[in-house]
Amino acid sequence: MIITRPRDWDRVRAQIADLGATRVFIMGCGECATVANTGGEKEVLEAKARLEAEGVVVTGWSVGEVACHSGGQRLEARKHAGELEAADAVLVLACGAGVQTMADATSKPVTPGLESVFLGNVVRHGVFEERCQMCGDCVLDRTAGICPVTTCPKGLLNGPCGGMWNGMCEVLTDRECTHVAIRRRLAEQHRDKGTEPLPPKDYSKKLKPGRVDTRAERSAHNAAARTKAGEGA
Amino acid sequence: MSRLRDRLEAGEFVVTGELAPPLGTDLTPMRVAAETLGPVCDAINVTDNQGASLHLSSLAASRVVLDMGVEPIFQQTCRDRNRLALQSDLLAAWTLGLTNLLVVTGDDPRGGDHPEAKGVFDLDSTQLAQVARGFNEGHDMKGRDLKGATDFFIGAAMFPEAEPWDVQRARIEEKIAAGVRFFQTQAIFDIDKLARATEVAHANGAKVIAGILVLRSPRVITFINERLAGLMVPDHIADRIRAAADPGEEAVKLATEQAEQLRDVADGIHVMALGLDTAVPRIVRDAGIRV
Repeated sequence: MIITRPRDWDRVRAQIADLGATRVFIMGCGECATVANTGGEKEVLEAKARLEAEGVVVTGWSVGEVACHSGGQRLEARKHAGELEAADAVLVLACGAGVQTMADATSKPVTPGLESVFLGNVVRHGVFEERCQMCGDCVLDRTAGICPVTTCPKGLLNGPCGGMWNGMCEVLTDRECTHVAIRRRLAEQHRDKGTEPLPPKDYSKKLKPGRVDTRAERSAHNAAARTKAGEGA
Repeated sequence: MSRLRDRLEAGEFVVTGELAPPLGTDLTPMRVAAETLGPVCDAINVTDNQGASLHLSSLAASRVVLDMGVEPIFQQTCRDRNRLALQSDLLAAWTLGLTNLLVVTGDDPRGGDHPEAKGVFDLDSTQLAQVARGFNEGHDMKGRDLKGATDFFIGAAMFPEAEPWDVQRARIEEKIAAGVRFFQTQAIFDIDKLARATEVAHANGAKVIAGILVLRSPRVITFINERLAGLMVPDHIADRIRAAADPGEEAVKLATEQAEQLRDVADGIHVMALGLDTAVPRIVRDAGIRV
């Protein structure tokens, strides 16, 4: 789940003003931003009321199924073509991926209404925690299922650092040190003996920008299989 | 050449001090500190953007100290540089004549004077020690031969009083396996806790230089307890300084007593004077370490 937070409203207003926009279309997201209470129908209507109270005309609004789905977003744009055409700009209440998908789906200037903050676990309704940074080089097999890259504020692979005190983290002082937690769980599972320090991370495995094409991969795989079968025959 | 290594390996009790490079280019106060500390120290730590706050680089400042005839301990944190920059600076350090190296994680930028900065932490201190050991063996992180190897005396930080102990013990062993040959500890208030840490270090062939703080005022104690990571001044010590008619004088007496006690447990002392550099020669002399 992509966790988003409302962007500072003064900044959102300044963005709209900078675009010279007096007529705005608002696009939300039916997936993550709805769950995060930042870009669902409720928040889109709140933004609409706020803009209208400040003298901006809202030409229309929509909360599509998933804001980051290219096909879905193009469909939304077609469904609301008239309202979009009447607008000077589009305010998107979705993560950065959703904002860009919308920017690709319309010729109108698009501006973000949220900040994208992390990939979050849903701890309970409305409570989210970052447990994974999608680094592309998972270490959870060595760290008892606790990610130090994400949950240690310094992202250290081997720790604790010198700031740990009575098992607690130096930076987030109300939290247990991630490395103390990892070592305790490894000990509980009798996996703490004879372990080597984790080697430096391979940051080249973090695809930047990320792109995966499973169709191309499958075609390549099938082509290879056909060649092999041909050789066998 | 490292006098610090020679003396530690000869089983002699060593003294190290600490100085912070300036925020700016005026080297005068740093030179004064080096002149004060130099005659009573075997080596002086030159900190690397300490407290995640901007200072002149440890690399340049260490060379300045070396040129004054004082042996520096070049500190390198993992906070501000990626593995390319860390390796590059290690090569630079060696070519500048710096042989003593202290590798540390570094405080988080959020606690420093540039809280907006990105903390790098591409490597951690254990991995950086491994890199330095590799340089000593003549190869870089990728295993390629260096044209000219290093012979760093590799040190790391140790925190004997921060529980849980089994975690600290594992860290000591890991750092030594990574190439660490000496430790400098956080300030010691509990000799028993230091003794168990020293035992582990000695069993694995490393030396321990025990930290002493000159707690020169009640204000300094408050600062340490509230702001310095991984350290708490115990109440009985804090009360003694707070109740003293002359806290500065009491702090020097306390540090001298601690230095005397540490002689039986550690391989040396690391005096963190917290600005009271002029007290260091007295502490060292009165503790009977240097005459």
